[in-house]
Amino acid sequence: MPASNAFNTGNLSKAAREPGQASRVFDLAEMSLRELNQALHDLAPGSNETAWEVLHPRGSHSVAVGVDQPVAIDVRGSVGYYCGGMNDGGTITVHGSAGPGVGENMMSGQIVVKGDASQYAGATGRGGLLVIEGNASSRCGISMKGIDIVVHGNIGHMSAFMAQSGNLVVLGDAGDALGDSIYEARLFVRGKVESLGADCIAKEMRPEHLELLQGLLDRAGVTGVKAAEFKRYGSARTLYNFNIDNADAY
Amino acid sequence: MTYRNPPTTPRKSATFDDYTLSEIRRAAATGIYDIRGAGAKRKLPHFDDLLFLGASISRYPLEGYRERCDTSVVLGSRYAKKPIELKIPITIAGMSFGSLSGPAKEALGRGATLSGTSTTTGDGGMTEEERGHSKTLVYQYLPSRYGMNPRDLRRADAIEVVVGQGAKPGGGGMLLGQKISDRVAEMRTLPKGIDQRSASRHPDWTGPDDLEIKILELREITDWEKPIYVKVGGARPYYDTALAVKSGADVVVVDGMQGGTAATQEVFIENVGQPTLACIRPAVQALQDLGMHRKVQLIVSGGIRNGADVAKALALGVDAVSIGTAALVALGDNDPRWEAEYNELGTTAGAYDDWHEGRDPAGITTQDPELMKRVDPIAAGRRLANYLKVMTLEAQTIARACGKNSLHNLEPEDLVALTIEAAAMAGVPLAGTNWIPGKNGF
Repeated sequence: MPASNAFNTGNLSKAAREPGQASRVFDLAEMSLRELNQALHDLAPGSNETAWEVLHPRGSHSVAVGVDQPVAIDVRGSVGYYCGGMNDGGTITVHGSAGPGVGENMMSGQIVVKGDASQYAGATGRGGLLVIEGNASSRCGISMKGIDIVVHGNIGHMSAFMAQSGNLVVLGDAGDALGDSIYEARLFVRGKVESLGADCIAKEMRPEHLELLQGLLDRAGVTGVKAAEFKRYGSARTLYNFNIDNADAY
Repeated sequence: MTYRNPPTTPRKSATFDDYTLSEIRRAAATGIYDIRGAGAKRKLPHFDDLLFLGASISRYPLEGYRERCDTSVVLGSRYAKKPIELKIPITIAGMSFGSLSGPAKEALGRGATLSGTSTTTGDGGMTEEERGHSKTLVYQYLPSRYGMNPRDLRRADAIEVVVGQGAKPGGGGMLLGQKISDRVAEMRTLPKGIDQRSASRHPDWTGPDDLEIKILELREITDWEKPIYVKVGGARPYYDTALAVKSGADVVVVDGMQGGTAATQEVFIENVGQPTLACIRPAVQALQDLGMHRKVQLIVSGGIRNGADVAKALALGVDAVSIGTAALVALGDNDPRWEAEYNELGTTAGAYDDWHEGRDPAGITTQDPELMKRVDPIAAGRRLANYLKVMTLEAQTIARACGKNSLHNLEPEDLVALTIEAAAMAGVPLAGTNWIPGKNGF
């Protein structure tokens, strides 16, 4: 367990100040990543230590990975690779930018990145909500399997590659080859799409999609943007079974 | 009486042999490459090309039934808090639920557990049958990440990051629609009945520097308890092994081209990658050059069939071997008792490799509820355990004959090669000579 002098209780986040909640502050300038993640994993179900704050992440990789309790974690600064990886129930807010693979394979819970996100944001995610308030780089939502991703800015090329399930919402533009080899994920883009990947097509926005999208925008705290401003993209399903006449699509 | 010129015997081309001709006709008729299961079927330099010298005056043997010959092995001692301890150095390779039926996966778990060894998941996630019946279960971390979740990661005994596979180094998995049943579809988050193509690269890392960070993440999620393996196909075994060590692996798994697959293009299986025998010495050399031999364990797979193969692999510096195809045969794959049904499928027992079609008469590589009933997991698990026991006894017999009280004390000096090719690949002398091709300037 961390040494007591490493605790800093003088800089609590808003969540941590709510009555009845114990809070813990981890300063990565003084304590190791291992101590942070071990302390998070050691939390018993129902623990009242529900508010955590991580100071000086300084681009550390694997900050708050494998969280499996409904705790709120405020990370004060930018993080490296795989922040919140495999998150299952935690609410993680990165008050900075995130390196590659933020929220990879998330199961449930929520991750908010106040800045930008690098490649593979939300890769293979199976549940929960990932919000990128800035831009996301290439391969955002690659191989996603049920996660919801909302990007306030733009996303890079090859996003939602082989996306299987879940929803990707982009308020800005999408780069080349969006949704290449996509399965059943739904993509909503408000701005321009540079190009669509193999087997990805524009689809009709029906009332149920507008309702779904509005719900996602609400959950992500997006205001002043209407669901009707987006276009929907998804699978043409022509590559679901091998057919030699489709070989040119690859 | 008229004189007829003597006819020549009809002569078939060695280049355009019957198999080649049939494949050209098949391609012309269908317009798509041939997909099949199993590993390379062509003749390759292999363990059969090596012999043990045994003992005589210069070495003395151990008594066959009285003197102990240790077979145990510890995997993952480099970083993992909880390394795996196995009674025998023969593990069961990764094979997916999806490509195999639930009862077949259960049988592998039962057989491995009876034998004190590990079994491995595959490209379809972890099933309850498998976890429940496997004392030691290795959980594969694959490019597709089908079914991946932190709960299963934590209830695994080790994690195997799969970069490649001997049958198809550089290729992704395939599972055709016939086998995407409701259960398989749900576990993989895929629509039922589609032809699934898994990715060939991991979605969130590329190259050794990223891999190092990925391994850190997996260790952090599992609190540094689990051994982490890195599995590569037999492509560039020296560099792949060195880079896996650099990336922080506890165990490196190298799978040669005879290693099987559930489904891949025939052209890929037969023409990409190196034979198992050619992979071992470069991988061992990489570990030795880094000072990590026996610290990072090496597992080799691809065409291991009997105790002699096990002993030869260990003598070349391997810590453990892994079997897939042979384990399926022990369960009942390609058994002649189903010959009539193999004939109906246009094949014969021993040659059946259309595992992707899901019509396996032996009930192993199928999701058909009726066919899969043909595997009794308890009886099949017992057969696998028997087979593993025989392999172990065979390897011990050879080791004692070479004067070794542990399988891991076997060494290259116990071996000679029957062919120049095998001598060069294994780095042991051609029988009757002291010539190792490529060494000492020759």
